[in-house]
Amino acid sequence: MLAYLIRRLINAVLTLLVVSLVTFGIFFMVPKITGSDPALLYIGKTSDAASIEGIRVKMGLNDPVLVQYGKFLKGLVAGRDYVSGPEVTHCDAPCLGYSFKTEQEVTPLLMSVLPVTLSLALGAAILWLIIGVSTGVISALRRGSLLDRTVMSAALFGVSMPIYFTGLIASAIFVYQLGWLPQGQYVPFLESPSEWFTQLLLPWITLAFLFAATYARLTRANMLETLGEDYIRTARAKGLPERVVIGKHALRSGLTAIVTVFGLDLGALLGGAVLTEKVFNLRGLGYQALQAIQGNDLPVILGVTMIAAGFIVIANLVVDLVYGLIDPRVRLA
Amino acid sequence: MSLGPEASVTDETSAPTADAAEVRGPAEKAIAGRSLKQIAWRRLKKDKVAVGGGIVVLLLIVVAILAPLLTKLFGHPIDEYHIDQIDPTFGTPIKPWGGISSDFIFGVEPTSGRDVFSRVVYGAQTSLTVAFLSAFVSTILGVIFGTAAGFLGGWIDSMISRVMDLLLAFPQLLFSIALVSVLPYSILGLDGRWSRILVLVGVIGFFGWPYIGRIVRGQTLSLREREFVEAARSMGARSPRILFRELLPNLAAPILVYTTLIIPTNILTEAALSFLGVGIPPPNPSWGGMLSDAISTYQTDPMYMIIPGGMIFITVLAFNLFGDGLRDALDPKAR
Repeated sequence: MLAYLIRRLINAVLTLLVVSLVTFGIFFMVPKITGSDPALLYIGKTSDAASIEGIRVKMGLNDPVLVQYGKFLKGLVAGRDYVSGPEVTHCDAPCLGYSFKTEQEVTPLLMSVLPVTLSLALGAAILWLIIGVSTGVISALRRGSLLDRTVMSAALFGVSMPIYFTGLIASAIFVYQLGWLPQGQYVPFLESPSEWFTQLLLPWITLAFLFAATYARLTRANMLETLGEDYIRTARAKGLPERVVIGKHALRSGLTAIVTVFGLDLGALLGGAVLTEKVFNLRGLGYQALQAIQGNDLPVILGVTMIAAGFIVIANLVVDLVYGLIDPRVRLA
Repeated sequence: MSLGPEASVTDETSAPTADAAEVRGPAEKAIAGRSLKQIAWRRLKKDKVAVGGGIVVLLLIVVAILAPLLTKLFGHPIDEYHIDQIDPTFGTPIKPWGGISSDFIFGVEPTSGRDVFSRVVYGAQTSLTVAFLSAFVSTILGVIFGTAAGFLGGWIDSMISRVMDLLLAFPQLLFSIALVSVLPYSILGLDGRWSRILVLVGVIGFFGWPYIGRIVRGQTLSLREREFVEAARSMGARSPRILFRELLPNLAAPILVYTTLIIPTNILTEAALSFLGVGIPPPNPSWGGMLSDAISTYQTDPMYMIIPGGMIFITVLAFNLFGDGLRDALDPKAR
């Protein structure tokens, strides 16, 4: 088990390295090819040649790309000093550099918006997991019934709706027509738990609607496959109550696929629910990423991509470990 | 092998039927087996929902191809402003329901008064072109790398599998947004619309291939060990022949199903990118872009949000229904 764990960990770190290298390469190479100068982006077009050169030296933009990448990595692990003549600016680890636009340090900037994305993703995840899996199981058990067909039609609708369309319709109805929910801004949990909840309720439901639909379809398919297996017949034949057959035998094996998908989905969402954040004007990681992309703010783009990739890699790792717990066969491999 | 995989698919699916009939003799010809194609076609025809989805898909394709003609017959040029249709104080259409009238059958755009019908029809063209071409790119790459990994095995397999895992670990939407936004607006001397379509096809197609690649690799791995491959090899068939005549025909069904199912995902991705402002550049119409414009006006003019959103929904739903039906028809186990 330990060897397995170590192997997975090394894999995860390698993946992150490659993702960072590719991101770094693309976003620092493309401006070179298209002829836009990162130093100019940083300091603004009106500056004189000397101060532009000063920025280049300070930010290390004159170094070859690989050296720049090396410094970026060092900053990530050990922190980094920006030297400009006698002036030294220290950036603590994990250092993701400075925003070209606002000159803020990227790491604290992103950490400050992380709670928004975390609240959004975790709340929605709880909702869709409960709704999706339970309706999927019930549908599978009552296969062909009116309930099954209704749920599956609804689920097909759900997976075919673009999330921003659902979001717009939902806020048109619940915020503007009925006035049941406030329109507006994210409120931190510690400031006012009840406002935090009501502000996030609609985004949660919107996100959960899409994912619950996917999960209901997946759970149903997996349950149906499992229920057809011989060992389920054996369990029934030896007189186990239906509750145990379903709960202990069928659900457990049907769950493995759900765990995988859930991990990946949650990991991807934590890196920024770009569309949902845009529709509901939530200023989380996804919103920050969009702002950065529109403003060509390379360090912030790189930072968000790294955090997002980090979440996906960690989610993968956790999924592999949980998988080992649910399915003993995996541990041997 | 100048024929290529597609030619051999039809070859192979009909060949066994003919062989079997010959061996059995004319008397038994009545029970000669049907090819997978015939069986699947029969099943598909019985599936009313899938047929419905298929018809809608065909209709949309026709609309996309005939976009210039339809615009001429029932609409107005996509960039023609009709300020007379707009209330000057509020910027909303004068007529109710988003300005729908016999002249503007889907209403007019708030503020500018452009014809929504024409923009929706051209949006269909953009959306379907991107979705189909990127599905094609994903499929080609997925099949090449998937079969290479499964068939050749060894270090090639572990290399390709690593790359696939890595691509799946990329924050794809984020990366696509960033990538599309740093690429130049005009490439290969094409205008804004078509060069962006090419960029979108490239990016969406590239991130989609691991999904097909994984499935193809898995299928190839299991097919490689089957008796008929062994038989072919023992008769002296070389690798290219085994690959193109034995393996690919058997891979045709899953490839077809997953290509069909990747199309709705691509439509959603294209719409999402345009919605976020990095897809098709304005003033060229796209469904996602229209929805994004609708954000500022949907409280007063909901029709302008409902029409493009509804188009995306109907299109994606039709492809999903058709794809699910196709999968059930080709693979009776997965129901």
